[in-house]
Amino acid sequence: MSFKDKIAERARRRTLAAGDGLNPELNAEQDPELDEALRNFRSSVQAWSEAAYVRPRAAVERGQRRIWRLAVGWALGCVLVAGGASTGVWEHHQREMRSAAARVAEQERLAAQQRRNQQVRQEDEDLLAKVDSDVSREVPRAMEPLAQLMAEDETR
Amino acid sequence: MATAQEIAAQEFSAVVAKHRQQIFRFLLSSTRDVDLAEMLTQDCFLKAHRNWSSFRGESSAMTWLMRIAINLQKDHWRNRRMQFWRKTQTHSVDLSEASEWLPSGERSVEQQLLARERVGQVGKAVEGLSERQRTVFLLRYVEEMELSEIARATGLNEGTVKAHLSRAVARVRAELGGRR
Repeated sequence: MSFKDKIAERARRRTLAAGDGLNPELNAEQDPELDEALRNFRSSVQAWSEAAYVRPRAAVERGQRRIWRLAVGWALGCVLVAGGASTGVWEHHQREMRSAAARVAEQERLAAQQRRNQQVRQEDEDLLAKVDSDVSREVPRAMEPLAQLMAEDETR
Repeated sequence: MATAQEIAAQEFSAVVAKHRQQIFRFLLSSTRDVDLAEMLTQDCFLKAHRNWSSFRGESSAMTWLMRIAINLQKDHWRNRRMQFWRKTQTHSVDLSEASEWLPSGERSVEQQLLARERVGQVGKAVEGLSERQRTVFLLRYVEEMELSEIARATGLNEGTVKAHLSRAVARVRAELGGRR
């Protein structure tokens, strides 16, 4: 046996030992514990399948599943539509509220400005009136005796 | 005198009666979902019925049916991956639960418990296999099909079947070995 053949044989033995050989049947049969486990597994699956196979079941159940699926689909659809609609309504309401608040604030601002302007106007008018009265009381010094006479005539 | 169509229908009925349970068993162990296995079994025979005239008998009827079942199962999982709603409706159970169905036979209670534990371990290992490895493993060790039949049913060559089977057995052995 050449060196290469020896290496190949050793590799083959290693893979067989790891259960990765080319003959899986031999692997299972060589290991009685594995073989028994596989036979028991087969018996279990066969018994399970037989029980499931003879169980009374059929189209009714599938129909019920389909009905349930439809019902769940409809319910979910309704929830989604209602959710979407209520979100839209809520957003619209919020927008309306915001614009109404902005309108009120603007009106208040204008009213305040109007009040301020009116006050300024009033103050100006008062000042002018005061100035007028002050000015009207002023009489040139040379005219004072005449003014006193006029005042006396009026009292009489 | 029966017509050719009637003869074909009778033949097909005999095939259904003979193989239905085996196809159901394979689909049940693959999908672990009783309802899904039942549905796929019905689809399998519906498809087989539609194509019965094209079945030339090159392989056995069982191998042909198994091939249809494997393809239907593949299609189902392929569609399933893309459909979230289908995913939420899974009724699959753990394959390790198959141990509950182990016939008691003439074992003592201890032996029975040990055997159930081993079956559970095998089931767990099988669940962890890739789709192909699992299919090949179940066809070999549950359906007891020959390697050449498995190759025809899966559309793989025999060497590939052997390789998949080896890896599957190694995985099962490792699972059993790890708990010894």
